[in-house]
Amino acid sequence: MTPLTRIAVQNEDFSLADEYERLQNQAECGAIVSFSGRVRDLATTPLLHMTLEHYPGMTEKALADIVQQARTRWPLGMITVIHRVGKLAVNEQIVLVLVSSAHRQAAFNACEFIMDFLKSRAPFWKKETTTEGTHWVEAKASDEAAVKRW
Amino acid sequence: MINVIFFASLREALGTAAIQWPAGAVDIHTLTGQLCAQGEPWASALARHDLLCARNQQLCDRTESVQDGDEIAFFPPVTGG
Repeated sequence: MTPLTRIAVQNEDFSLADEYERLQNQAECGAIVSFSGRVRDLATTPLLHMTLEHYPGMTEKALADIVQQARTRWPLGMITVIHRVGKLAVNEQIVLVLVSSAHRQAAFNACEFIMDFLKSRAPFWKKETTTEGTHWVEAKASDEAAVKRW
Repeated sequence: MINVIFFASLREALGTAAIQWPAGAVDIHTLTGQLCAQGEPWASALARHDLLCARNQQLCDRTESVQDGDEIAFFPPVTGG
């Protein structure tokens, strides 16, 4: 039987199509919502690449906890959370969240909930390398505010 | 012993990713004080008010107790996603 939750922290890229395919095995779940995040270039100086650090062991546990919290709030089917680490170039994929449910509103809400908590609770850190050097990305107050609304 | 680990900008500021520290601190607040007492760069790096901590890979606050064999982590606010 396919596990209901799949969590991966990896260097390799992922395929939305492959991951979506995996969620189609549950006939009772007619709704699938996906979010994918990519490396964007908002730096004032041109971004060369980004390096993502994580806390091996805790990061996976934190993601599993967030998924479990989502499951207590909404009736959900299968959930996939994939987050990449290591060196990533502009426009590369960083994160993928896929949620299936019998109801679209539950799937939409759970996908947002998981991303909001991932951004302010899961131990990942971004370091940007621009043409002028490297710096750690600062956490945003808006990310913490996003968690408070749940 | 306590396994104390550091991540991201804090790891760079300290110049170390992990240290073994003698058990004895009653809680994380006390442990932080012991680490800071080593002088610089510890005192400045660990004084950052927004640092987060985790005990055995669970987020916690500074009042969390510490026991021999624990893994205690300190890190800046997270920026994934």
